[in-house]
This record gives sequence, C-alpha cells and structure tokens, in this order.
Amino acid sequence: MNFFIATLRRELQISARRRVELTNPLFFFLMVVAMFPLGVGPDPTKLAELAPGIIWIVALLATLLAADGLFRTDAEDGCLEQLLVSHQPLYVSVLAKLCAHWLVTGLPLTLCAPLLGLMLQLPSPAMTALFGSLLIGSGVLSFLAGIGAGLTVGLARGGMLVSLLILPLYVPVLIFGSGAVQAAGRGLPFESHLLILGAMLLLAVCLSPLAIAAGLRISMDN
Amino acid sequence: MWSFFHKLGSPRWFYQISGRFLPWISVTAVSLLVVGTIWGLAFAPEDFKQGNSYRIMFVHVPTAMVALVGYYVMAAAGAVSLIWRMKMADVVMRSCAPIGAAMTFLALLSGAIWGKPTWGTWWVWDARITSMLVLLFLYLGVIALYEAYDNKVAAGRACAVLSLVGMVNIPIIYKSVDWWYSLHQPASIKLTEESTIHSSMLQPLLFTAAGFYLFYATALLLYIRAELVFREQNTRWVRDLALGKRD
Repeated sequence: MNFFIATLRRELQISARRRVELTNPLFFFLMVVAMFPLGVGPDPTKLAELAPGIIWIVALLATLLAADGLFRTDAEDGCLEQLLVSHQPLYVSVLAKLCAHWLVTGLPLTLCAPLLGLMLQLPSPAMTALFGSLLIGSGVLSFLAGIGAGLTVGLARGGMLVSLLILPLYVPVLIFGSGAVQAAGRGLPFESHLLILGAMLLLAVCLSPLAIAAGLRISMDN
Repeated sequence: MWSFFHKLGSPRWFYQISGRFLPWISVTAVSLLVVGTIWGLAFAPEDFKQGNSYRIMFVHVPTAMVALVGYYVMAAAGAVSLIWRMKMADVVMRSCAPIGAAMTFLALLSGAIWGKPTWGTWWVWDARITSMLVLLFLYLGVIALYEAYDNKVAAGRACAVLSLVGMVNIPIIYKSVDWWYSLHQPASIKLTEESTIHSSMLQPLLFTAAGFYLFYATALLLYIRAELVFREQNTRWVRDLALGKRD
C-alpha cells in the first residue's frame, strides 16, 4: 500500500511539473468538439441530438492520445527498467501509474464535459448522466488505453497503433456511456447504464494491469 | 500417444506430420464443399420469401462461424505460447490472424451481397454485423501489432497478450452491441432465425460448414508450414528440404 501511494505521489508530482502536457488533452477535447458545429451546422436541435455521441467519441480519442506517453518517458529515462527489476510487484506500480494518469487526464475531461454539453445544447437532465458516465467511463478508457501503451512502448512510433489496437475494445464503453446520456436526455432512467459501466471499471481495474505488466515486460525485453 | 503430441511441438516434426495429414484434410474439405455447394445451389428448395438469393447463406454462415472460432484458436495458441513459451504455438497464433481476418471479411462481404436483394441495402448497423466488424478490427489490430515489431519473438508474445485481451472482451462487446441494437429499435429489418431453418436447407449448410472448417484447417496448416520454413531457414532440416533430400 505504501508503495502504491509512493508511486502515485511520484507520478502526480511529475505531471505537476509538466503543466502544459496536462492541459493538452483538454484543449484537444475542447477543440475537436468545437469543430462539430462548424462541420454539421449550428442547428440547436441537431446538435442536442448528436451531443452525447460527439462528447463521448472525442473523450475516447483524447484518452487514447494522452495514453501514448503513459510509459514512454519512463522507458526513455530508465525508470521503467527499475520498476521491472524492483522487488515490488509490477501490478501495483502499473495500477498506481494508471490511477495517476486518470487523475490528470480522465478526471479533468469529466469536469470539462458539462461545459461542452452546454455549448452543444445538451438538455439539462442529461448533464448528470454525462458527468456520471464520463466519471466512471473515463476510468475504463484509461485502463484499456494503458494496455495499448504497454504493448507499444518499445516501438519507435506508437501513436496510431495504440488507437488501432484499443478502439475496438472501447466499443462497450462508448455504447453504455453515450447510451446513458441519450436515455437521460429522453427522460428515461439511466442508472443501469452507469452500473454496467461500473462493472466494466471493476473488471478493467482488476485485469488490465496484468495485461499491461505482461506487455511492459515484453516491450522491454525487445 | 503423448509422444505424438510432444513431437508436434518441434517444428521439424510438425512439418513432417502435417505434410502427411494435409492431403487428407484438403481433399475432404474440397469434396465436402463441392457436395454442399452443388446441393445447396441446385437441389435445396427455393426460399418462399427470399427466392434464390438466400443461397449465399451456404457461404455466409460457415465463414462467419469459422471467423469467430478462429479468434478463439488464435487466443488459445497465444495463451499456450505465453505460458509454455512454445515455438509452435507462436507460429500457430501468428498464422491464425490473417486467415481469420480474411474469413471475417468474407463473412461481411457475403453478408453485404446478401443484404442488397433481401433488405435493399448493402449495409445495416445490425447487432451481428456490427460485432463482426469489431471482430475484423480486432484481427487487424493483431496483424498491425505483429508487423510493427522488428523483433519477431517479442512481436509474437505481444500479439498473444493482445489476443487474450480481445478474448476477454469479445463476450462483453457482443452483449453490449446486442443491447445497443435493441435500444435503437431499427425499423423493419429482421434476420431470419437460424433455428427455424428447414432441414432441406440445413443439411447442405452442414456440409458447407464442415467443408469450411476443414478448409480453414488446410489454409492454417499451409500458412504454418510456410511460416515454419521461413523461420527455420537456417536449420539443417530446411536446407535438406530445399535440396530435395528426404529423411
């Protein structure tokens, strides 16, 4: 547990010292969402209908882009090798790194999302669903993206490849995430969507560090 | 009996043993496919709603079945290669990906061709079609990851991890796509239920399905053998093989 907290604190400190990298995914999120009214037209009813899908898809892309750097700097400066050879379990350090990653990317995205919802004329009852589904769902997104990042960290160019590997795995999260917002927008109950997202989160938190640890070992052997 | 299975772990023995089985498997595959296709195309009765266009089912359904099973074969081989570090399992897993992707593509393509006369459109966002599309993406991801690594040993192990992750996810993806589809409630399109199929149509389908499974096995063995010769090109048995020496 101490090891977990120490790793978490270290990761958060590193991100706090690179503030620009912290805000980049947020700006990406904001800018891509702003492109949609320009592309499909500013009609409020149309935007309100598309808003859940737009916000969720852009959130998927933002987490994927952010995840590419998840292990890269550590691999370059040798920290990752130290983690691999240390007597502390890799599972725990990976878990801590991903939690830190979610705190600096997924959580800010979630906090921004209601603002974007307002800009896209999302009806107010859907706001809670948007916030709740992103709060839980972005955790799943971060943990799944970690699998792609772990498998490609040894490669010179990972960016596009991570998206190709991980986007198919995002399908269930997208379905239930935007489904919750759509249901809430129509005045239907959306709690079941959130519960399923929660189940996915539990599964992802338990299992994906195993896959990421295996992926990191393979990548560093390479 | 056990020594037979142990021998399969050695590339050289696998090459020899598979060479002995290959003619039988391929001839059975071709004859099953010929019988099933002729039966299905010429002798099975016409569908009272879809007319003759339903006959593409004799290709469509088997390719879809093989595509799905192929992913599990790939993931199982990946698990074996990760756990026991078996060279052969790695070769099998690597060979499964392109064949499985081709089968998935065929299933999607034949489905689109079937959809045009039946539903009046090439593509519908139906639950099964969407899941097959995601399956194709999973296969393509494995191929892309394998090609991205220069070190092919690491590539095989990375792909094994990815295919296992995919295997955990496939049931979740299938269920969620199912649910998404039932939430959307699209207008009028209904897939014919396979269980309600009449036996006069089911029997040729069974033939082509068995034929496609054996065809898959044949293609897989051929791919594995080519991959084996490529990987073992510096060993003595491959050199002997190339020089035409038999042992």
